[in-house]
Amino acid sequence: MINLTIDGKNVIAGKDMTVLDAARRAGISIPTLCHHPKLTSFGGCRLCLVEIEGIPRPVTSCTTLVGENMVVKTSTPHIVELRKTILELLLSDHPNDCMVCEKAGDCTLQDLAYYYGISENPYEGERRTYETRDGNPFIERDMEKCILCSRCVKVCDEVQGVGAIDFAYRGFQSKICPPFERDLDCEFCGQCVAVCPTGALTGKLWAHKGRQKNVNKVDTVCTYCGTGCNLTLHVKNNDIIRVDSAMSTWNEGWLCAKGRFGYSFVSSPDRLKTPLIKKRGKFKEVSWDEALDFTASKLKNIIKKHGADSVGGLSSARCTTEENYLFQKFIRAAVGTNNVDHCARL
Amino acid sequence: MASLATIFGSGAMTNSIREIEGMDVIFIIGSNTKETHPVIANKMLKALRRGAKMIIADPRRVPLVKAADLHLRLRPGTDVALLNSIAHVIIKEGIHDAEFIADRTEGFEKWKKSLTRFTPQYAEKITGVPPKDIIRAARLYGGSRRAGIFYTMGITQHTHGTDNVNTVANLAMVSGNIGREYTGVSPLRGQNNVQGACDAGALPNVYPGYQMVSFPLVKKKFEEAWGTSLSGKEGLKATEMMPAAIKGKLKALYIMGENPVLSDPNMNHTVKALESLDLLVVQDIFLTETAKLADVVLPATCFAEKSGTFINTERKVQLVRKAVVPPGDAREDKWIISELSKRMGYPMDYESSSEIFKELGELWPALAGITHERLRKRGIQWPCPTKDHPGTEYLYRAGFPRGKSSFTPVQYKPSAELADKKYPFVLTTGRNLFQYHTGSMTRRVEPIEVHAGEPYVEINTNDADKIDIANGDMVSILSRRGRIDAKARVSEIVPAGMVFVPMHYHEAAANLLTNDALDAHAKTPEFKVCAVRIKKK
Repeated sequence: MINLTIDGKNVIAGKDMTVLDAARRAGISIPTLCHHPKLTSFGGCRLCLVEIEGIPRPVTSCTTLVGENMVVKTSTPHIVELRKTILELLLSDHPNDCMVCEKAGDCTLQDLAYYYGISENPYEGERRTYETRDGNPFIERDMEKCILCSRCVKVCDEVQGVGAIDFAYRGFQSKICPPFERDLDCEFCGQCVAVCPTGALTGKLWAHKGRQKNVNKVDTVCTYCGTGCNLTLHVKNNDIIRVDSAMSTWNEGWLCAKGRFGYSFVSSPDRLKTPLIKKRGKFKEVSWDEALDFTASKLKNIIKKHGADSVGGLSSARCTTEENYLFQKFIRAAVGTNNVDHCARL
Repeated sequence: MASLATIFGSGAMTNSIREIEGMDVIFIIGSNTKETHPVIANKMLKALRRGAKMIIADPRRVPLVKAADLHLRLRPGTDVALLNSIAHVIIKEGIHDAEFIADRTEGFEKWKKSLTRFTPQYAEKITGVPPKDIIRAARLYGGSRRAGIFYTMGITQHTHGTDNVNTVANLAMVSGNIGREYTGVSPLRGQNNVQGACDAGALPNVYPGYQMVSFPLVKKKFEEAWGTSLSGKEGLKATEMMPAAIKGKLKALYIMGENPVLSDPNMNHTVKALESLDLLVVQDIFLTETAKLADVVLPATCFAEKSGTFINTERKVQLVRKAVVPPGDAREDKWIISELSKRMGYPMDYESSSEIFKELGELWPALAGITHERLRKRGIQWPCPTKDHPGTEYLYRAGFPRGKSSFTPVQYKPSAELADKKYPFVLTTGRNLFQYHTGSMTRRVEPIEVHAGEPYVEINTNDADKIDIANGDMVSILSRRGRIDAKARVSEIVPAGMVFVPMHYHEAAANLLTNDALDAHAKTPEFKVCAVRIKKK
């Protein structure tokens, strides 16, 4: 255990901890853009600069390990000035279009500009422009909003093991792109979208469906494979408009393409909305009473004529445990046979 | 699962997803984890970053092979020979866990004898895997005491699937890699609640909680709980229902949320079976290929429209919460079942799904300590017998329920239908990353359909050259049971002599081709091996 002082507060930290982690654990906030708790740090954005006694220049707290008796100051006037300048430089080359940005209200860059009260741009000059839109169907890549924090590059490599994107060119021309600047063609897990601190990466499905206001967030479990990732459905006007997953879930917020982007079937126009009975080869819409009465009387007749073992039921690995329990109970107790199974083998 | 239950006592993943991060060796056989369980693959990658080693046994060069230390590219259907040979080497090199074997297992000597002929050289003849790789795998897996095995349908969907599972279990036992943290035998479940469906008793031979219908005392317990007399005769398995329908023994079938027309083998046979019924009732959210054949279609709800639980592959019970109102007059499945039951003269009235779960917990001690209330905070892994029990991350810490677990001698048996002159390729089927199962959901998601909406067949480069097929050509794939047309994807993903077709596409349904031969014990069909011919269109 290491003892240090941060902003006059005595803090105890583990010896492998960074100054940033120690400060945050002690409830002292330090702004960051490139740092992400699940990814390696590289001190890229410079926002987490702090002063440490005995070190002549400010250092990045995300890459500096704690030391015994270290004295850290996180928000001296000098540091605050530096942070503002960094933010002004970032914003000088960032579209000022928060009014129409998908990420507004959920954007770290916007939050920081708000916090430090940056509204003017003292650094007018050349801007990066990107005219071509990435044609992939899942992820909107608005590279004019990219601040080159590299979280997306890191998550793709370190978490997903794919490496679909990386830095290309240098200096002002630097950009993050797939090989040969082609359209993105990857696993489309959307981990990059989840970690992007600005509006550079968003889901194409999200567009114009609603931002943070009047959104009901419901925590649930993914409906696809058996991993059981925890999801949060963002609901507006009885429509799922976005899916994400919190970092605090057991799946650490990571999802796959199906879990993150595969939700629109719920509101598909193809959904069945009325019970149907086939009459002379054609489906006819009927009431629930008619459908249920017809089914029950047919089943009763078949049981009477051929015995309960002439009836079978296929339950569903898609349905809840409770529904499966009811279904097998129905087949066993109401019909009277053990002919019940589901697709575990298929 | 049934076979795993016979060996160890419980048909479920023995350990937890969290533990993957701490494993030193990860052995994947017959699972394309990166595409079918992507977030589990992320945990595996995390372990590799820590320095863990990965072995993958798969005929296909699946995406995770890129990250693996060793790829055992066995011929399809030869898993028993490969795993027996790995066990042979483990024993020969003396790296087996003698203490574990003595304390917790039985039948070791007899099993050991059954392995005598499975030298790496002998196994190479069957599997095509070089002896040095078999030896390396044995040293890696058998030499570690923090090693886990992961498998899916690549192990089970064979006529000898039960044998395959037995050899996997043997391997875990001989190296003592079970019953401790960071070890285990982990069948990865393919559907969100396949574990819950099994646990809740949607199986023909057991009541909820794997309690045998054929045991009179068990039957009595459920008769008392449910207030009616029950049948003590084991029911038909899903794969037995179709032939029974054709024979006229099964007259009515009630299907909730399944699409056997696409998911069962030998599709023409399935359609014929469903058409032979006097009554087919399908309860689903879409008019699936199966629902189209129904006499009655009942509109149901999807995961976002109901409350209840899903139980994931690691036995974790998690709460599903209602987020949206279902469309039109679609109703929750539990309402539909209850209404039907009432009309059949057996009313089942429950206030809520938590009340149903409570009843299940009263009948199966493993869930007795879990309530919906507790799940609001976090998921809980069964067994969880009491309200203050934290749940169980890994099974068999204190021993196997049946005392000692047995080694099962297994001999190699070829698949039911092998490649021959007329049908020279082995077809294997499976999933890809983007689509899901029969596609009734994912094929209605626009970006997925734009990106992965086209059926295809993977063919090896050399084979494609020989029969003059280029990447992107339309080809016909023919088996003894049917024919489909799809675009060729020529690559090194499949080895020579093998082709792969994903199961998701109704317009090129892989299951028109597959063989409905079944494993004698588990009645699982042989989706992973059948013989086909490829013809350029």
